[in-house]
Amino acid sequence: MSSTTTEHRREFGEHPDRGGKPLGESILKVTGLKKHFPRKTRGLIPRADSPVKAVDGISFELHRGETLGIVGESGCGKSTAGRTVLQLLAPTGGTIEYLGEDITGVKGAKWRRLRTEMQMVFQDPYGSLNPRQTVGAIVGAPFHIQGIKPPKGVKAEVQDLLARVGLNPEHYNRYPHEFSGGQRQRIGIARAIALRPNVIVCDEPVSALDVSIQAQVVNLLEDLQNEFDLTYVFIAHDLSVVRHISDRVAVMYLGKVMEVADRDELYANPQHPYTQALLSAVPLPDPRKENKRDRILLTGDLPSPINPPSGCVFHTRCPKFRMELSDADKARCTGEIPQQREIAPMHEVACHFPGAPKVEILELEEVPEAPPELLAEIEEVAPPFAEPELLPIGDQDLEADEGRDPTS
Amino acid sequence: MFAYVVRRLFSGVVMLLVMSFVTILLFFSAPVDPARQMCGKSCTPERIEQTRKALGYDKPPTTQWAAFVKGVVVGRDYPADEQMRKEAPQNVVHCSAPCLGYSTVSQQMVASAVGSHVPVSASLALCAFVMWIIAGVVLGVIAALFKGTVLDRTIVGASLLFYAFPTFALALGIYTFFALTPFPGLGHPLFPIPNYTPISQGGVWTWFVNLLLPAFTLALVFIAGYVRITRSFVLESGQEDYIRTAKAKGLESRRILLKHTMRAALTPIVTIAGLDLGGLLGGAIITEKIFNYPGLGKLAFDSTVNYDLPIIVGIVLVAASFVIVANLVVDILYAVIDPRVKYS
Amino acid sequence: MTSASTSTETHTWQASGDDAQPLLSVRELRVHFPTEDGIVKSVDDLSFDLGQGKTLGIVGESGSGKSVTSQAIMGLHRGTRARVSGHILFDGVDLLQISDSELRKRRGRDIAMVFQDPLSALHPYYTVGNQLAEAYRVHHDVSKAAAKTRVVEMLERVGIPSPQTRVDNYPHEFSGGMRQRAMIAMALINDPRLIIADEPTTALDVTVQAQILDLLVGLQKEFGSSIIIITHDLGVVAEMADDILVMYGGKAVERGDADTIFYNPEHPYAWGLLASMPRMDRLRTDRLRPIAGNPPSLINLPSGCAFHPRCVYASDELGCREIVPPFENESEHPVRCLIPHEERLSIFETKVRPTL
Repeated sequence: MSSTTTEHRREFGEHPDRGGKPLGESILKVTGLKKHFPRKTRGLIPRADSPVKAVDGISFELHRGETLGIVGESGCGKSTAGRTVLQLLAPTGGTIEYLGEDITGVKGAKWRRLRTEMQMVFQDPYGSLNPRQTVGAIVGAPFHIQGIKPPKGVKAEVQDLLARVGLNPEHYNRYPHEFSGGQRQRIGIARAIALRPNVIVCDEPVSALDVSIQAQVVNLLEDLQNEFDLTYVFIAHDLSVVRHISDRVAVMYLGKVMEVADRDELYANPQHPYTQALLSAVPLPDPRKENKRDRILLTGDLPSPINPPSGCVFHTRCPKFRMELSDADKARCTGEIPQQREIAPMHEVACHFPGAPKVEILELEEVPEAPPELLAEIEEVAPPFAEPELLPIGDQDLEADEGRDPTS
Repeated sequence: MFAYVVRRLFSGVVMLLVMSFVTILLFFSAPVDPARQMCGKSCTPERIEQTRKALGYDKPPTTQWAAFVKGVVVGRDYPADEQMRKEAPQNVVHCSAPCLGYSTVSQQMVASAVGSHVPVSASLALCAFVMWIIAGVVLGVIAALFKGTVLDRTIVGASLLFYAFPTFALALGIYTFFALTPFPGLGHPLFPIPNYTPISQGGVWTWFVNLLLPAFTLALVFIAGYVRITRSFVLESGQEDYIRTAKAKGLESRRILLKHTMRAALTPIVTIAGLDLGGLLGGAIITEKIFNYPGLGKLAFDSTVNYDLPIIVGIVLVAASFVIVANLVVDILYAVIDPRVKYS
Repeated sequence: MTSASTSTETHTWQASGDDAQPLLSVRELRVHFPTEDGIVKSVDDLSFDLGQGKTLGIVGESGSGKSVTSQAIMGLHRGTRARVSGHILFDGVDLLQISDSELRKRRGRDIAMVFQDPLSALHPYYTVGNQLAEAYRVHHDVSKAAAKTRVVEMLERVGIPSPQTRVDNYPHEFSGGMRQRAMIAMALINDPRLIIADEPTTALDVTVQAQILDLLVGLQKEFGSSIIIITHDLGVVAEMADDILVMYGGKAVERGDADTIFYNPEHPYAWGLLASMPRMDRLRTDRLRPIAGNPPSLINLPSGCAFHPRCVYASDELGCREIVPPFENESEHPVRCLIPHEERLSIFETKVRPTL
């Protein structure tokens, strides 16, 4: 699987779909990664029940400067995958190679050094920042933990970082609750880039934010990627955001990768029935398109990862399985686990019967490019009455709990 | 569920075994020699030695502990020394299970001493428990419904006041005012001097009237916690989504309170109530002493004064078992109250 | 309503078809919360109409007042410190004027609500069947057995498999999607004329969201109910809504039918929302153009037009910092903006549309 991918990369050099963006060196290679959580019955004789297979054999490869989007619904194992890749969780099986070196299960000093190279941005900008620490302490912590002394000193470096992510460096001594959700996410990003890592795993970094703020954070992540040549694993459930930011996209379901391909290929030519259902389910912000769109509706609920369906884990909800396949073909779906295989250059699918859907699920529309001079103009104009971006203390509860009586 | 209960009981037994071992170790290292305590004034070293042997105090602590555990489970014979039993079989006394040892100070079996005091403490605890639960929850709900008003502040303030008062002063005040001083306009005190009367002797009413004052004292001490927990729960639950759903259905507020809020409030109330009751079953030392109520608390007090170590060990273990059982009952009740709780 | 007479266009905003009287008519609704730090104007001067069988989408970010609006319609602020004023005419009756018991009779029977998080919106200690039956029996004097029959029927209608056994399950034994189906069954059990769905799919996965939206649309056709759907997701509104109300800082800033709001929006905030959304259905993926700054704090709302600190087109000549822009409620496409109408059109055509 992955080996064939590499071969193809060598063969093709660069992929036309990526606008000629050359592939950087291979920075992260994950092969057959598994993370099972054991469920032990408490008592005198602990009995090992079948584990929760949160991540069950996923493979992908990432090149420097690329963004891999991992999409999937809750419970598909995408967050666990991100944490396992960073070794924040010990993998149950498979290997992780970082710059050609096997880092699976490293411990101690090596593990700590890895933290300077690979970082994480979390979803919850409220929960992932210690409320009793100042922003300066939070963003400066990586330097202290790793014992790194920046040439200008930690404080100056942290202030540079704050400025870089669009925060006022003078707010060094403020506490997280004085910032809005979007600003808190910027603090988390500043902390993640503090040690100039190569890889950042972003776990749902914009899902908790308002629409207008999401775009700010997405743009910031893109700018930082260009500036520092960062490689991202971008985990999200929002297919629009993932399409926007990713070069490659992996679709996960019940701990397995169903389909992985270059961005435009995946969205224009999805081959796995699950990918198709997922794309078809996203409502488009366009009423005319919405009105004439056919939806592939999935039936039933997500099966339990404790006892996943036999064969292809998706067969219980697969519309193709239900409506199109013969009994002999169905037997294959229920009996044989489909392997992740390449069906087109750089396009891997784990399905016995991949193929284009019968209905058009996503009409990709050609829109004329915006005039560059207009874009340049828009880029330069700032709101004339922009306010200093800091919340008065005590305001965040009102925002978090809209709809509640703020007095009670 | 059954397996869970068995498992919990098993761990409770283990806990009691550890506790008994620790108390016996402490007992062993005490500066007072129980054999000498029993021996009286005209004591010779030989007699002390003999007494020590008869009670088994000459053995190492592990042996004593094993004998103690055996006594609890199947009973044991005194004198503890096998030689002595053989020499004078006519003097052998059997201490039947559960045997908690022999008190040299009060010259009686610990189990019967403790056993005779348990019903008194249990009566007192149960009576007080019923009082504080009912009053505490009702007052807590009232305080919540009238949040911020004089009524709310009075209820919360008064319950805190009783909580802040040292128990001995509260007990003494109630005792003096209601049982000793003639009640204004009545010519005699409102209540007779409390004197525990078992139901078997005086019937339920006499039992209850005699319990009222000490139970009331204890209820006053405990009520503050229940007022607070109920009040804050009722107030907070107004913010719960499911209460909002209940309102959106068009339910009356009384029905929302009784069916939805109070059902949810059961969990925190049961948690503290179970532990409070379990603790109180082991005796309310100050209240029982002041009202001269022959419960475990008074027994504990008297035994401490007399340095009656075997009785103290017995009370510790009995009180601990109450707490362990209460804990288990609370956990089982969780599963009854909350369908999300499953023990397997 | 008067909109028909004042509007010069053939198409009136209140697009309810043959029936002239809208089912719901909100006028100058204000929900203010006095706090120690001042008055929080969660909803301020909000007016809209909703026709029978129609769907209104209320769109806004956190703190825009969209959820508070829905709760005000349900009268859920009664008995709290909130100060609610204005008019909420439901079928000609002002819900703000009637007694508590009159309002209670309408809650759940005429107006029902679907909440965002079905797990916390259902009582954890009672079975789904118990809670649905309760909703039915408040308004119908029937036996428990009859109520249960109705509950099973409704659970079946919303697509819950084996409803006969599922009715006795507890909420935690349902999956997220099934819980939301149960909530919808509960909302529909009394055949209400208005359903308010407050972020009904925000907590759900996208494939489940598609199922739930599909269900809502189908049920609306079958029962003829009107729906108010409150969401931050423009995709959901595009799929569901006939009319759209955009809220910002507690006020309506733009209102119109779905086509108008999506293809000819006039408020700079609406432009900003559309520009900041990544589009999955377009080949072009250039840079997103976010709105600068943060959503305002309701306790310390900017003076004048609340959007002015984030608006690139704000200026002192227009008076954006002093004047609260009016909202021509009876117009078909009211926009709360001080930029003159013609100029807005021209800005949109020359500067905004080419970049969307």
